[in-house]
Amino acid sequence: MGQTIIEKILSSHCGRTAHAGEIVVARLDFIMGQDGTSPLAIRAFQEMDGQAVFDPDRAALVIDHSAPSPNEGVSALHKLMREFAREKGLHLFDIGEGVCHQLVPESGRVGPGSLVIGADSHTCTYGALNAFSTGVGSTDLAAGLISGQMWFKVPETFKFVCRGTLPPGVYAKDLILFLIGDVTADGVTYMSAEYTGGAVTALSMEGRFTMANMAIEMGAKAGLMEADDKTFAWLGQFTRRQFTPVSADPDARYAKIKEYDVSSLAPQVARPHRVDNVCPVDGVAGTPVQQAVLGTCTNGRLEDLRIAAGILAGRRVHRDVRLIVAPASRRIFLQAMREGIIQTLVESGAAVVTPGCGPCVGTHNGVPSDGENVISTANRNFKGRMGNSNAFIYLASPATVAASALTGQITDPREFVKQVTA
Amino acid sequence: MILAGRAHKFSDDVNTDYIISGKYKFKTLDMKELAKHVMEDLDPDFYRKVAPGDFIVAGANFGCGSSREQAPLAIKHANVAAVLAKSFARIFYRNAINTGLPVLECDTDGIEPGDELTVDPAAGVITNRTKGTVIPAKPLPPVMIKILNDGGLAAHFRKYGGFNFD
Repeated sequence: MGQTIIEKILSSHCGRTAHAGEIVVARLDFIMGQDGTSPLAIRAFQEMDGQAVFDPDRAALVIDHSAPSPNEGVSALHKLMREFAREKGLHLFDIGEGVCHQLVPESGRVGPGSLVIGADSHTCTYGALNAFSTGVGSTDLAAGLISGQMWFKVPETFKFVCRGTLPPGVYAKDLILFLIGDVTADGVTYMSAEYTGGAVTALSMEGRFTMANMAIEMGAKAGLMEADDKTFAWLGQFTRRQFTPVSADPDARYAKIKEYDVSSLAPQVARPHRVDNVCPVDGVAGTPVQQAVLGTCTNGRLEDLRIAAGILAGRRVHRDVRLIVAPASRRIFLQAMREGIIQTLVESGAAVVTPGCGPCVGTHNGVPSDGENVISTANRNFKGRMGNSNAFIYLASPATVAASALTGQITDPREFVKQVTA
Repeated sequence: MILAGRAHKFSDDVNTDYIISGKYKFKTLDMKELAKHVMEDLDPDFYRKVAPGDFIVAGANFGCGSSREQAPLAIKHANVAAVLAKSFARIFYRNAINTGLPVLECDTDGIEPGDELTVDPAAGVITNRTKGTVIPAKPLPPVMIKILNDGGLAAHFRKYGGFNFD
C-alpha cells in the first residue's frame, strides 16, 4: 500500500513502515520552545527528573512572544529560560532575533524529511520545507528534550489540489484563508494537510510558509508540501546539509481530496472572531479600521514587507490609522533596510517594532482599544487575541492590510497593485 | 474513579484564548491565579459559578488554537473534574492527558446546563442523572490510558525514564 508524505516521514523515524491510525514512537530531528511555553516545559523537565537534554544541537529556545519583556513577571520567566539554556548547553535566540517560525527554518537545521516538534501551535510552518513539524504542549516538549522521541498517532491526510494561477493582487494568504473558510476550523482535525497543484508550486517560499503556517487553523496536525528546486535554493542560503525530499506515492491513500481552481480568486478577509469566517474583500470593504498590523509568523517575511512597501511608497497612512510593522526576523529586518523597504514604510507613517510576536498575541506592542477594528496579516482573530476582548480583528494579506492602512477602511488592494506594476 | 458534578455548557470551537487569554498566561506560572480567569471571555462569572468536581460540556473542536498547556492546567486548577466535548483540537487533547485532566469525546447534545452527571473516565461512560440517560464516550487510545493511569506524562517519565508503552 502506498504512503502519504507524513506516513513516509514517520516511518523513517520509527524504524518500520507505518500507516494512518497506528501509534508510533518516533525519533526527533529538532525541538523548539518559545517564551509562552518553555517556562512550563522547564518545570515539567524538573518534574520528570530530567538531567541532560538528549542532544543540545537538536533543540533551541526562542524569546519572541514578549520581546523585549513588557513587565517583571515576563522578565522572571525569560531569566528562567536563559538560565536553563546556559545550564543545558542549548541555543537560545534572545530578544530582537525574530519569531521562532522564521528562526528555525533560517537555522538550516530543518529540511525535507525532517521530523520536528515545537511548543507552539504554528510549528506546522516548516511543512513548507517538506518537513513534518507539529505543535505540542510544554510537557511533550520536556519529554522530547529528555528522550529525543515523541509518540504520534499517524494521521490520515487531506489533500488539497490547487490548480490555475493566482490573479494579480491575490496571494498565498488569500488562498489559505479561502481554503480555511471552505473546510472550516475543524475540517482537517486529527489529519495532515498536503498542499499540491500548480498554484502551490508556483508560490515563492514565503508564500508556501504562509500556507503551511495556517494549517492549524483547519485543525491540521501538519501542512505539507513537496520539495522542489525552490525549496533547495532557499535552504542553500543557510546550510550545506543534505536532505532527501519525500513525495507521496501515486497509490497513497487519502481521507479526502478537494480540488480548486484559483484563477478567479479575489482577495479574502477573515472576519471577527473566527478564522473560518471568510469572505471576499468586497463583503467587508468600507469597514473603518483604526489599526493595521504587518508582520507575524504568517506574513512578516521580506516578500510581504516588499508588497506592502510597494503600495505605501510615496503615500501616507490614513491619519486615523496606526500601522505597526514587525519584521519576522533580524535578518529580514536588515535585508528590508538594505532594500529601502523600512525607509519607505517609516516614511509612510509606520511604527516599526522589534521582530517578534507581541502585536499578534496581545502581550504588548499594539493592544487595541474597546470597539476598535484591526486589520492584520496574522493567523488568528479570536476575541481577545490581541489583548482586548472588545476589539475586532480582520485577517488579510499584506497587500490588503497596506491598502486599508492608506484609506482608513478595509480596501481591495488590486487597484493599488495595478498602479504599482503599471 | 467515578466523578460526579454539574454540567456547564459551552458551544463549538472554544479556543485556547477563551480558555485562558494570552494577556494572563505569558506573565506567570501560578496556575491558581490563571484559574481565576478561565473561560472569562465566554462567561465572566465562570470561575465563581463552578463548584469543585463540575464538568465543562462543549460542542465540537474544544481547545482549538494555541499549544498553551496553561489551558488544561487552568481548567484543572479551577477544580473542573473533566471536559466532555463532541471533539477536541489535537494539541489540547494531548496536553489534557499529559497533565492529568480527563477529556471525553461524546455526544453532548442531550446535556443541558446544570444537569447532574456521573463520569467514569476509564470505562468511558457518562450518566446524566437529571435526564436518566447513559452516554458512551469514544475510548482513548491505549497509549493515552497508560499515561493517564501513570498520573500524567511527567509521572510516566519519572517511572520509566522515557516513553514505555510495551
